[in-house]
Amino acid sequence: MAGVGGGNDFQWCFSQVKGAIDEDVAEADIISTVEFNYSGELLATGDKGGRVVIFQREQESKNRPLSRGEYNVYSTFQSHEPEFDYLKSLEIEEKINKIRWLPQQNAAHFLLSTNDKTIKLWKISERDKRAEGYNLKDEDGRLRDPFRISTLRVPVLMPMDLMVEASPRRIFANAHTYHINSISVNSDHETYLSADDLRINLWHLEITDRSFNIVDIKPANMEELTEVITAAECHPHQCNVFVYSSSKGTIRLCDMRAAALCDRHSKFFEEPEDPSSRSFFSEIISSISDVKFSHSGRYMMTRDYLSVKVWDLNMENRPVETYQVHEYLRSKLCSLYENDCIFDKFECCWNGSDSAIMTGSYNNFFRMFDRNTRRDITLEASRENSKPRATLKPRKVCTGGKRKKDEISVDSLDFNKKILHTAWHPKENVIAVAATNNLYIFQDKMN
Amino acid sequence: ARRCASPAGDKMAGADGDDSLYPIAVLIDELRNEDVQLRLNSIKKLSTIALALGVERTRTELLPFLTDTIYDEDEVLLALAEQLGNFTMLVGGPEYVHCLLPPLESLATVEETVVRDKAVESLRKISHEHSPVDLEVHFEPLVKRLASGDWFTSRTSACGLFSVCYPRVSSTVKAEIRQHFRNLCSDDTPMVRRAAASKLGEFAKVLELEYVKSDIISLFTALASDEQDSVRLLAVEACVSIATLLPQEDLETLVMPTLRQAAEDKSWRVRYMVADKFSELQKAVGPEITKNDLVPAFQNLLKDCEAEVRAAAANKVKEFCENLPEDSRETIIMTHILPCVKCPEVRLNIISNLDCVNEVIGIRQLSQSLLPAIVELAEDAKWRVRLAIIEYMPLLAGQLGVEFFDEKLNSLCMAWLVDHVYAIREAATCNLTKLVEKFGAEWAQNTIVPKVLGMANDPNYLHRMTTLFCINALSEACGQEITTKHMLPVVLKMSNDQVANVRFNVAKSLQKIGPVLDSNCLQAEVKPVLEKLAADQDIDVKYFAQEAVSVLALA
Repeated sequence: MAGVGGGNDFQWCFSQVKGAIDEDVAEADIISTVEFNYSGELLATGDKGGRVVIFQREQESKNRPLSRGEYNVYSTFQSHEPEFDYLKSLEIEEKINKIRWLPQQNAAHFLLSTNDKTIKLWKISERDKRAEGYNLKDEDGRLRDPFRISTLRVPVLMPMDLMVEASPRRIFANAHTYHINSISVNSDHETYLSADDLRINLWHLEITDRSFNIVDIKPANMEELTEVITAAECHPHQCNVFVYSSSKGTIRLCDMRAAALCDRHSKFFEEPEDPSSRSFFSEIISSISDVKFSHSGRYMMTRDYLSVKVWDLNMENRPVETYQVHEYLRSKLCSLYENDCIFDKFECCWNGSDSAIMTGSYNNFFRMFDRNTRRDITLEASRENSKPRATLKPRKVCTGGKRKKDEISVDSLDFNKKILHTAWHPKENVIAVAATNNLYIFQDKMN
Repeated sequence: ARRCASPAGDKMAGADGDDSLYPIAVLIDELRNEDVQLRLNSIKKLSTIALALGVERTRTELLPFLTDTIYDEDEVLLALAEQLGNFTMLVGGPEYVHCLLPPLESLATVEETVVRDKAVESLRKISHEHSPVDLEVHFEPLVKRLASGDWFTSRTSACGLFSVCYPRVSSTVKAEIRQHFRNLCSDDTPMVRRAAASKLGEFAKVLELEYVKSDIISLFTALASDEQDSVRLLAVEACVSIATLLPQEDLETLVMPTLRQAAEDKSWRVRYMVADKFSELQKAVGPEITKNDLVPAFQNLLKDCEAEVRAAAANKVKEFCENLPEDSRETIIMTHILPCVKCPEVRLNIISNLDCVNEVIGIRQLSQSLLPAIVELAEDAKWRVRLAIIEYMPLLAGQLGVEFFDEKLNSLCMAWLVDHVYAIREAATCNLTKLVEKFGAEWAQNTIVPKVLGMANDPNYLHRMTTLFCINALSEACGQEITTKHMLPVVLKMSNDQVANVRFNVAKSLQKIGPVLDSNCLQAEVKPVLEKLAADQDIDVKYFAQEAVSVLALA
């Protein structure tokens, strides 16, 4: 089944896979976030061990015209270390929850990476020259006699192998009591917001010792707590607008122009519940795990446990499109509750032209929906389909009795293989899919 | 020492037996040391290195090296940018000053704002050393390169350089510069537009008036309607500069519409900027426009729906009133300004500026309209609000006079002494001291001392301790007689208190008020009590008693 993502002849094929092959997955290697930069030239991943790996796309070369630029490791660094909060006797995990790139302002690249408590601004820069020539040392490193220094040598810069350095430029700490779930850079390029379960803070990129709290949903009495913030994002063009989603399936849009404190929303998005499908698990599965504005800024997409919804910002009472990701799980909610999978937080993403959306599922499956043709496709990220340029075969889950060949039954799905994090190149049909500790890159087939 | 001519022809010391080059050699090598402090130190001594190398080697070797090593820490780059601003003579004087442009151009593209700003500052400095020819041959092309550069940072830096090269170049080049500035004002990136907006005023100052009217005004209007809040609010600042450049009759058509729009902007941050710049705006537009336009605008800002804006406006009340034309000042304040001030935070700000407003309006009238606010704030549930009011109390008391104070505010001051928050009790104590300094010891004896001493019998030990703290603070201001006759007996009696904390504070009090008492009193009354306390069961009491004894030299 072709056609999703662009044109009727469109097909996805395997490009690359990064990460260890063996079955034993080291916990630290589990990828926790994936993000392309604004041009798509760089792809960053964060993992549970607090490391960030950045891949850079090779320039297309004349020697290998059929292979689009491949992504190769550009820089790896340890972004966060585990810490201990002495006051509360709690360990602070080093897992990278989110990475967000800043728009490029000079030759270096900048990104924000965050764990549960601390956000860091990293600079990634290239160095291709090295200074040579000392006054006090000979060529072979021996110290010279001070009395024999008769002339002064100014160092000369000589070319060297390209070195990519990552350095932390800012550390934004101590502003969140609860776990940070989102960061988002504002279209003004000078501020960004960070959200935890109960609060959203606004930061200036150059100021680390102050941040403004703009949303606070903590009730005076914590026993009255019924709803938490699950995700937040700034509008792509309107510097005053941001949205945040909740565990009760609602989205609030706030306007920072109207007031300094945005406790009162400007718009409130909620789909009325279908009474016929009400169950014990209704509220849990309505919890929104991700919210993303479209590139155009006119729509936003939300991901809850079983579906993806597209909302028009001008219509608050229901989404304009709803896509079922894995409806066959609805009858399995009880066991999914017992093994905690019902709490898995799936992300979702738009393609560059907002014509398609993608999200992950179980068994290393991921789903794509074409908004124009209404076609959808299920693909799998697996080592078996990892021959270069091999076309990906669509997958199907059998829900009824008779299982066809090539289909997989719901009970055979591996719920440990979950695709929570995916990213779509901002301009091209290149996608990055994180499957536990492996990163898969798929591209469209060059026809 | 023998002279040794170097290939470059400069005279240099050095040869066997002379280590005078050694310190310079160290400095040069330390430019690349791993320790950032050493690198910083070398950069700060760059002029020493340059002197040793001589002008030619500085130009041909040192500067190229510095141009390409922009990999360093901010502090080092900042120091470098600063040094280069003073390097003209070290490169051979004004005819070679353009050699400094390449390293500064590099520094102007760095992402760290402080470094970029310093590089721009240095570029501005050395632009004045360029001859008009050099300006056109070297400096202006640099500005053009930065202005059309790919990186946001280059374009941002370019904004700061237009005003220094414009005055001294030919009219063709001037036209180019104006075009570049126009482009940057409509750049895709908010960061660049912000830089352009913040330099708009400065650029306008060097332009010919015809271009101010034709170019600057339209740029100003466009920036003031930019979709990014952060750009619009910078246009407000530019408004002040532009208004001062234009003749009065043009202000109404060219500037006021934009200013009115800004004062009613949907974004509270823009309105905040208007409020913040209000005094400057007032001076720039003159009395007529102030009366007709600014007063209503100010009223609206004082009543704005966003508290931050109201507070910013309230901060400017004093200055605004002071700068109103004398003939209409009183009416404007009474009929337009004061009535707008309803909410407690704003009133608090006005209260703090009372000493000026007071001159214009009678005390009675003022106290009638503001006293309810004072009482409300004094009893606010939030302790920081109560604290703020206490801090104004001495000023208020001075303004309103002793009778008014006794009548209306005395009980408040006493109530604060027994507040449940320690910071309030402490501030209240300090407040009393200041009041005694204002109103005198006799007043203290009649009004506050009895009440303070009365607290010594309070069942709550914290209040009994407050008595001691007050006595500590008041004894000097009240003087020997009051202290000896009234305060000392109370202190001495508290030496029998059940609570150890009270007893050791008695010792500390005695140590504090001791210098105010005469020596007979010290020997006859204080010493025995301290000796008793020095034998107390509690070790803290013993400790402080012994200390008091030694400090007062009673042993």
